[in-house]
Amino acid sequence: MAIKERMSGNEAVSYAIRQINPDVMPAFPITPSTEIPQLVSTYIANGEMDTEFIPVESEHSSMSAAIGAESAGARSLTATSSAGLALMWEELLLAASNRLPLVLALVNRTLSGPININCDHSDGMGARDTGWIQIYAENNQEAYDNFIQAYPIAEDDRVHLPVMICQDGFITSHAVENIMLLEDAPVKEFVGEYEPEEYLLNPGKPIAVGPYAVSNYVMEAKKNQEIALENSKEVILEVAKKFYKISGREYGLFEEYRTEDADYIMLIMGSAAGTAKQAVDDLRERGKKVGVLKLRVFRPFPAKEIAMALRNCKAVAIMDRCESYNGNGGPLGSEVNAGLFRNKTMIETVNYIYGLAGRDFTVGDACSIFAELEDMIVNGKEIEQYQYVRLRK
Amino acid sequence: MSDYSLKTIMNKPERLAPGHRMCAGCGATIGVRAVLRALHEGDHAVIGNATGCLEVSSFMYPYTAWEDSYIHNAFENAGATLSGVETAYRVLKKRGKLPEDTTFKFITFGGDGGTYDIGFQSLSGAMERGHDMVYVCYDNGAYMNTGIQRSSATPMYADTTTTPVGKKSNGKMQNRKDLASIIADHNVPYVAQTTLTQNFEDIHRKSEKAIYTEGASFLNIMTPCPRGWRYDTPDIMKICKLAVDTCYWPLFEVDHGKWILSYEPKKKLPIEDFLKEQGRFKHLFKKGNEDLLEQFQAEVDRRWEDLLYKCAR
Repeated sequence: MAIKERMSGNEAVSYAIRQINPDVMPAFPITPSTEIPQLVSTYIANGEMDTEFIPVESEHSSMSAAIGAESAGARSLTATSSAGLALMWEELLLAASNRLPLVLALVNRTLSGPININCDHSDGMGARDTGWIQIYAENNQEAYDNFIQAYPIAEDDRVHLPVMICQDGFITSHAVENIMLLEDAPVKEFVGEYEPEEYLLNPGKPIAVGPYAVSNYVMEAKKNQEIALENSKEVILEVAKKFYKISGREYGLFEEYRTEDADYIMLIMGSAAGTAKQAVDDLRERGKKVGVLKLRVFRPFPAKEIAMALRNCKAVAIMDRCESYNGNGGPLGSEVNAGLFRNKTMIETVNYIYGLAGRDFTVGDACSIFAELEDMIVNGKEIEQYQYVRLRK
Repeated sequence: MSDYSLKTIMNKPERLAPGHRMCAGCGATIGVRAVLRALHEGDHAVIGNATGCLEVSSFMYPYTAWEDSYIHNAFENAGATLSGVETAYRVLKKRGKLPEDTTFKFITFGGDGGTYDIGFQSLSGAMERGHDMVYVCYDNGAYMNTGIQRSSATPMYADTTTTPVGKKSNGKMQNRKDLASIIADHNVPYVAQTTLTQNFEDIHRKSEKAIYTEGASFLNIMTPCPRGWRYDTPDIMKICKLAVDTCYWPLFEVDHGKWILSYEPKKKLPIEDFLKEQGRFKHLFKKGNEDLLEQFQAEVDRRWEDLLYKCAR
C-alpha cells in the first residue's frame, strides 16, 4: 500500500534513507542539504534506524570517511551541496576510481562567487567528469524514487560506481508537495542487503585499496571504469523497470513530454522541467506543436538516445542552469550539440542559460523561448546561439 | 613492560613484508615495523596511509608489502578515511555481519606533511570524535617524498629545498610545531612521542598501549631520513639516541591526561652533538653563526623545561 503524504524533497530523501537504513553516513552541514543529516540524526536518535552517523569536520572528510567505510564493506552515503561538493571533488574521483558503490544526495546550489545559497546546477556540473552516475529529479517524488533506485544501480556487478542523486536546492528540497511513499518492507526488499565481494574487514582475505599505479596500468584502469559507466545505462533502465513494479511510476534516461509530433522541444533538467511542461500545455492549447525532453540521467550521458528523440523536431532549446565558462555555452549545450553532431542529427539548437543562483524561470519565459525558436525557423530570424534568460541589461 | 625482550619481538612474523621500495636505512620503515610488532598475534588490522614515501613505496600496483588489509585514499585525509573504516567495523559488528570473535585494530600512518600540515584538520576531527584507532605520524621533518621541502615539523634553521641556505638565508625561519602537545590537548585517551632507541622497547611499549587503549590514540615517532637530513645512513640509531639525549626529541606519553616523562638523560648533551651529524645544519657551524646555535639550544631548553613542568604536575 502506498502512503499519501506531503513533504519536502529533503524530507523525502531522508525518509528513503531511513527505509534503506544504510550502514554508515558521514556528513557535514551545508545549505540547503543540511536537513538531510539533521533528519537522519533525528531518526537515529529516536531509534527509527540504526545507521552509524559520523559528524565529520568537513565535506572532504565526509567523502573520505564514506570511502573508508564503503571500502571496509559497509553501505555508505553522504549528502551535500555547492561548496561542499567542490571541497570533496578530489574524493569524488577516488570513490569512482576505487569502484565504490556509495550514494550522495546532492541538493543543487550555485557555486561561489558571489556566494549565494540558491539553486543552480553549477555544483553537479562541476563534478560531471568525476566518474559518478548523476540522476536529476524534477520534484520531491522523483528525488525519493531516484534515491531508492540508487544502491541497486551502484552495487550491480556490471557497474560498481557511485551514484549522485540530485534535486534542486530550495525549489525541491524545501518546498512541500504531495508525495506517494512506499512502505518500508518493499523498499528494503527492493534495495536488498549489501554483499561486497572484496572488502577490508574480510578476516580471511585482506585486501589493499588505493594503489600507486605506474603508467603501464593506468589507462586500462580508466578504460575499465569507463566501460562500467557505459554499462550503467542498461542497469539504470533495468532497475527502473523493477521499480515500476513496486511503485507504478515509470522512469527512463529521460522523460519525453508531448514530443511525439513536436516541432520545438525544450531540453531541460531538474525542477524547471515542471515549468516547461506547463508552458507546453498552454501552447498546445493554442495549437503550437511543442514538447519537453526532461533529462533524468546526465551521467552516463545518453547522447545517442537524445539524438534519436530529437531527430524529427525543427529546433531545440537546450536549457543550462549553469554557466560553464568555456566561452561556447553551458555544459548541457556542449554535450547535446556534440551528441547531435556525432549522431548526424542536424537540427537547429539554441543554448539558453537560465535560473542561475535561484533566478526565477517562469512559464512566460519558457513560452518566449518557444516563440523565439519558431521565429528562427519560420521567419528565418537570426538569434544568438548562446544566451542568458532574464538577464538584467 | 618488564618482560620486554628484543629477541622475542623480533621473532614475530613481519606484517610489512620485505621487497618494498623504501630507501635503504629509511627510518619510517623501521618505525612502521616496530609499531606493527605491537599487534597481538591473531588480531587483524586495517592499515591506513596518507600519501607519501611510505605509501608510494609499499603499495605499487599490483604489489603490496602489507600483510594486513590496507587503504590509501589521499594525502590530507588519512584520519577521516580510517574513521570511516573503524565506523564500518562497529556497525557491521553491531549488525552481525562480522564474526563475533574477530578483532580488528585500526592504525594509520602519515608523514609529517600529511599529519602536521595538509592532514591536520582530518586528524583533529578523527581524534576529537574519538574513533577507536591509532594515528601514527612518522615524523622526518620535511616533505621527503616530493624532495625535502619544509613542513611545520621541520626544525628551525634546517636547510630544505624550500628554505634553502644562501647568502641571505639561514634555512627555515620558524620553530617546529609541537603536534604531540596539540593532540594531547584534544584530551584523547593516549598520546605518546617516541623514536627508534633503547632496543625498541619504548616504541614497542607505546605502540601496544596506543593500539590497545580504547578510543583515539596518537603516536609521534621521529624517523630520520638519511636523504633529507644528510647523515651517514648506518648512523641512524646514533642520530636517534642523540636526539633523545640532547632533549631535542624527548620521550613522553600522555595517558588519560597524565603527562609522563619516559626518559630523562643522565647528562643532557648540548644540541650541537645532534646537529653536527647532519648536513642540513652544516651552515650553523660556520664561523659567525654561533648565535644561531645558541637560539636553537634556548628553544630546546625552553621546551624541555615546559615538558618537565607538565610531567611534574
